[in-house]
Amino acid sequence: MSRRTSPFAALARHMIGIMLAITFIAPLAWAFLSSLKPAAEARQPPLPPWPTGTVTIENYVALDGYGAGFWSHAGNSIIVSLATVILTVVISVLAGYGFSRFKFPFKGLCFILIISTIMIPFQSILTPLFLILSKMGLQNSLAGLVLIYVTLQMPFSIFMMRNAFDSVPLEIEEAARVEGASVMTVLVRVMLPLVAPGIVTVAIFAFLAAWNEFLAALIFLTDQDKYTLPIVAVRSGRYGTVDWGAVQSGVTVMMIPCVLLFLLLQRYYVRGLTAGAVK
Amino acid sequence: MSRTGRKRRGSQARRQIAGLLFVLPAMALVTVFFLIPLGMTVWMSFHDWPLMGAAEWSELHNYELLLKDRRFWGAMEFTFWYTIIAAVAIFGVAFPLALFVERPGRATSIYRTAFFLPVVVGFSSASLLWAWFMNVDSGLFIPAALELGIIDKPVNLLASTDGVFWSIIVMVVWKTVGFSMILLMTGLQSVPSEIVEAAHMDGANRFQRFWRIKLPLMRRTLALALILSVAGSMLAFDQFYSISNCGPRNSTLTAVYWIFTQSFVSFKLGYGAALSMVLLVILVSISALQLWLLRTPSEDAK
Repeated sequence: MSRRTSPFAALARHMIGIMLAITFIAPLAWAFLSSLKPAAEARQPPLPPWPTGTVTIENYVALDGYGAGFWSHAGNSIIVSLATVILTVVISVLAGYGFSRFKFPFKGLCFILIISTIMIPFQSILTPLFLILSKMGLQNSLAGLVLIYVTLQMPFSIFMMRNAFDSVPLEIEEAARVEGASVMTVLVRVMLPLVAPGIVTVAIFAFLAAWNEFLAALIFLTDQDKYTLPIVAVRSGRYGTVDWGAVQSGVTVMMIPCVLLFLLLQRYYVRGLTAGAVK
Repeated sequence: MSRTGRKRRGSQARRQIAGLLFVLPAMALVTVFFLIPLGMTVWMSFHDWPLMGAAEWSELHNYELLLKDRRFWGAMEFTFWYTIIAAVAIFGVAFPLALFVERPGRATSIYRTAFFLPVVVGFSSASLLWAWFMNVDSGLFIPAALELGIIDKPVNLLASTDGVFWSIIVMVVWKTVGFSMILLMTGLQSVPSEIVEAAHMDGANRFQRFWRIKLPLMRRTLALALILSVAGSMLAFDQFYSISNCGPRNSTLTAVYWIFTQSFVSFKLGYGAALSMVLLVILVSISALQLWLLRTPSEDAK
């Protein structure tokens, strides 16, 4: 409103902004900078956080001594996250298209059923989920975990994708259909490129949720070699003396994909956040 | 689309089937991994259900046990206080931040990104980080406080309930405040600028414009941000499992943590289901409250 801010006010504003920004980023930077110190220094308080002597990656090399090898757990996390992303995108694109463009019996009911699951905490259905996964032979398997993660992404993703399809004008699709294209061709060739931003949003949310999820992974994965990163990281720290150097490097490895993904695709991420607030 | 009766031949039936097929995978997943387990939670809560061996109908036995379960009610009480204090702290920080990052500008968008960054880091990473910061000898908080002369003797944060509690509150505010900030910012920006200008013309000062005009007009966003934060805190688990392991002496045991222990450490699945039912009822009530607060016929409905 007041567009005539004095240079002093502007300066003060940026001073505050920079200090706050540093405060918010500091914990992450602290972990990263400390992880570059020699392992022997990890028991010293991180003051200052950066390595004063030699810079080394030995804390990263040492990570492999945890669980069944830290990098094989990273592999589990990558498999689970990518599979969750792919399945979530495919299933929610199909469903979003179905809900947006077709009429069929019980359509409204189906949509409400899916969306309303967002109101129910999945923490309250863990016990039966455990039994169902056991019955299906999927307990203690990455595949079972992926199915749970995909299910949990459904309400948000289908809501996003239906809105994305809703905002594409009907004429575009009809033109393609008049030319004799099949339903699937219309979806893949014509519609997909137009809803790509929605797909990116859905994919980011699915990736971050799967990469960071803790409780379900803790319960449903019982063999150590199947642990995802959060589980092996927290479990290794629970018994005996903690190797803080490994904590610093481990946390850094776990947060890098999240931070990069966010910085690169921030626009799509925030769009997803505010979708619920505005609609 | 009006049903004018044209094209009512086979093609329409085929489009109906196509529509059903499109939503089928999603419906199957949600049914098998959400709706059926939801029903089973209710069913199991009336059973004595061990991991091995047959389940036995036990009527309301689990619920009678639950009423007398002092650990559970202690955990509920703790979770409740944690939720309230976390919500107050998050809003207390998120609102000023939202006002700060609301305006356009290159620098402002960088600040916004920085404040939001911790949100995308997982709770387990953040918890591990905090466990390190909270350590007496190798951490950051206590050695830094000693260095700065704020305290003169080392204090073990993990040994006291307050130490654990407030450290985790700081962590949660740091990690989640960006989320509330973005929601509140969206709310602030959705207030039509003409209304604010008009109030300005009428002589409303900055404070009045905020308190009397903007705040009431963004109450849907406020309700949404508040309820998302409350629901998140009510379900807190990761940070208490990773940082304090519900200690010292079970004083930071949360509701979900107790359900987890009963179901998957003691393997009393029926009892765990009954405990889950309590959580379920509370969370669904919160969501119902949200729907009621967000009901549309209001001036700021979009």
